[in-house]
Amino acid sequence: MDDDAEIIAEFLVESHENLDQLDRDLVELEQQPDSRERLSSIFRTIHTIKGTSGFLAFNRLEQLTHVGETLLSRLRDGEVVMTPPIAEGLLAMVDTVRVLLDVIERTGHDTDPAVDVVPVVAVIEGLLAAEPQAPAVEAPVPEPPATDLEQPEHPEHPDQPDHPDQPGQSDGWDGVERRAVVDASVRVDVDLLDDLVDLVGELVLTRNQLLQRSLGSTDAELVRASQRLDLVASELQESIMKTRMQPIGQVWSKMPRVVRDLSHQLGREVELVMEGHDTELDRSLLEAVKDPLTHLVRNSLDHGIEPPDVRRAAGKDAKGTLTLRAYHESGQVVVEIADDGSGIDPATIGAVAVERGVVTRDQLARMDGRDVLGLIFRPGFSTAAAVSNISGRGVGMDVVRTNIERIGGSVDVASEPGRGTTTRVRIPLTLAIIPALVVGEGGERYAIPQANLVELVRIEGDDLRRQVEDLAGAPVLRLRGKLLPLVSLAETLGGTALEDDALTVVVLQSDDVRFGLCVSEVHDTQEIVVKPIGRQLKGLAMYAGATIMGDGRVALILDVAGIAGTVGVGATQQESTDGRGAGADDRTALLVLEVADGRRAALPLAAVARLEEFGRDRVERSGSAEVVQYRDGILPLVRLASAIGLPDTSDQGEQISVVVHEIAGAAGAAGAAGAVGIVIDRVLDVVEVAVTASEVGRRTGVTGSAVVQDRVTDLVDLDAVVARSGVPA
Amino acid sequence: MSTTMTTAGTANRAAEQYCTFWVAGLFFGVAVDDVQEVLRRQPMTPVPRASRAVTGLINLRGQIVTAVDLRVRLGLPDREDDQLPMNVIVRSRGEVVSLLVDDIGDVIDPGESGGGDPQPTPSTMPREVQDVVRGVRPLPDSILLVLDADRAVDVATTTDTTGGNP
Repeated sequence: MDDDAEIIAEFLVESHENLDQLDRDLVELEQQPDSRERLSSIFRTIHTIKGTSGFLAFNRLEQLTHVGETLLSRLRDGEVVMTPPIAEGLLAMVDTVRVLLDVIERTGHDTDPAVDVVPVVAVIEGLLAAEPQAPAVEAPVPEPPATDLEQPEHPEHPDQPDHPDQPGQSDGWDGVERRAVVDASVRVDVDLLDDLVDLVGELVLTRNQLLQRSLGSTDAELVRASQRLDLVASELQESIMKTRMQPIGQVWSKMPRVVRDLSHQLGREVELVMEGHDTELDRSLLEAVKDPLTHLVRNSLDHGIEPPDVRRAAGKDAKGTLTLRAYHESGQVVVEIADDGSGIDPATIGAVAVERGVVTRDQLARMDGRDVLGLIFRPGFSTAAAVSNISGRGVGMDVVRTNIERIGGSVDVASEPGRGTTTRVRIPLTLAIIPALVVGEGGERYAIPQANLVELVRIEGDDLRRQVEDLAGAPVLRLRGKLLPLVSLAETLGGTALEDDALTVVVLQSDDVRFGLCVSEVHDTQEIVVKPIGRQLKGLAMYAGATIMGDGRVALILDVAGIAGTVGVGATQQESTDGRGAGADDRTALLVLEVADGRRAALPLAAVARLEEFGRDRVERSGSAEVVQYRDGILPLVRLASAIGLPDTSDQGEQISVVVHEIAGAAGAAGAAGAVGIVIDRVLDVVEVAVTASEVGRRTGVTGSAVVQDRVTDLVDLDAVVARSGVPA
Repeated sequence: MSTTMTTAGTANRAAEQYCTFWVAGLFFGVAVDDVQEVLRRQPMTPVPRASRAVTGLINLRGQIVTAVDLRVRLGLPDREDDQLPMNVIVRSRGEVVSLLVDDIGDVIDPGESGGGDPQPTPSTMPREVQDVVRGVRPLPDSILLVLDADRAVDVATTTDTTGGNP
């Protein structure tokens, strides 16, 4: 009902505007009775009212505008020539439309018996029937009667006893009610709103500058005034942002139709529930989420809600429920698309993902349920057994995620097999002003959108040496057992990173890529106004724009995805982000090692838990085996060179390099939670390649060899190597 | 026929006003219509990895404006450290860009200042200069190089690779 009232209110505002235009058109038509342009404009207005009234089931209004439209179309097409009776009929029609609209505004429907449309309809129908051979009338002739007609046309229908009263009545209502609807809203050019947003952005920045100044001031008057300004500016900013806000119901309005059509097509019974349709967000974002939301709704119907017989067999109501829910939460808009369908079975997702090469079996084994569900957002993934025109082309969910992330949002999915699936989309309220972390590098400030920020890590002293590792020039940070590639902001910006005894790492996430950005300083988080940068800088992917800081200086906004792309962290380091796997094909991430003085060997990166260096003096003996004390336990060591039949040269330095491999499911009898330390000469690189293994070089400890980075590399048989350590695998 | 041409010529001449400035001893002019304003040196935020000609970004009443150093853009020697550049703010294809120059001259009308007719750029000038100069106007005591603002601010296509994206 609320919905209806809203639509009707919109219809009334629009129609009143149209009628004002109509009045102007009719007046001009009197001056130029044969103006095709005027006639077309009138025709369009009446046509619009007719269409909407049909849609809203205002049958009498529709009936009236229908005959009017027919007459107008003939006039427009020149089949009928304008005559005084026709002008009179049209004006009568327009006035009756106006009266009907007033009735609708008052009562919500057009069935008020006080207004009779039949006589007007009859008059126009009479005109339509009589007119074909209408003689051309002199242009000036229609003028006097038409002017006369405007006011007294109602009394000219004596067969309408109620009608003369009606205008008087509705006038009384008009004065209050119509203004209530019409004057309550104004149409404003969107460009003007955008300009206002820009100007308010400026005002906010100026306020910030002033506030900074006034902080140190002893002038109480100035301090008070600037505090007032602060307050007013904040409220103004909020109000202006609101002018660009539109209810999400605008996007949802087409969902009932989508759901109806699809459920017919798919043989589903679905009830659509929509909650929070008045939740507002910025109009530019509204446009951007339209397609992703539609796609998610389609998905729920196609993959989620089962056919009625299946539902009944599962003891559920034959009719499925699809719930769209929107609400505000901590400065974001959350849109939930929930169904009570079959849910998503992680096992199925996992199996499909492995089959399609989205992940390897190893990677899958290391994922938790939530990560597995997240696989549906990976490119090349689709569980639909048959490709339909509804969904299931395997381009869906990853595109949904890309589109939502592009506007700074996020999407995640939660599901309970048999009970249903809930997809939650989070969208920022606005794009023009975003929260950002301001960091310092080389004396300049840079803003990092909060949306990309995962956490801040500061590493000092001993921890720095222990947790930060150099993998062939690529520094990585051990963060809670995972390797996080590190990128130096200074180097990214073309400078050199300063050697320091502490490291500040901003952990960032963009798409599947997670990395740590090392910065010199962290200032604070603040709301920034995003401004575009010139064409001269468009080629630089690492900047998303610029903003103006409180002191009036310009600061660049970093584009996290752009930085990842620029430094190439994306392609090879996906492994280290939550164990989310490699690309769609058979690529494997390998840790390339040097053993036995220049020979190359490779281990799957997935098998590497950590990289360690131990002083040679820390190596002790336990029986025939070499061990080190490690993490409150004993780590057995295996010399990789000996294990794969090569002379061992790993003892040449003061330190030995050890790859720690954790054995899944090991009892841990022999060492630290079932781990083995594989002693190597040094780490060469981490690469992601499509491995074409060859039998060449196959021997104990080596499954074969492959060409990696144009060099023949032994592929280590991990099981055999582990077996040498005596740890039960 | 000849009368129409003369009037057209006069009309042209009336609109032909140049905002002039010096860059490394060369005397340039850019059409007054293209110039928004002229400013003293502004606080500048450098843009790492940008083309070397991009000196930085300035805040022009809330608008972010890219500053292009004409000396670099034209392949001329760098400015002395103690020499502060001036900003000639020009409009180009819907954007506002600042051209950093050495010094500002007057707004002149070559026709009224007794200048000769436009002539093509001498082909012996450095290619970078020829690229952005539409033509030259000999004046009684100097030679005015007519700058094409659109091309001058177009640094994305310059061959300068000293800074760009790796």
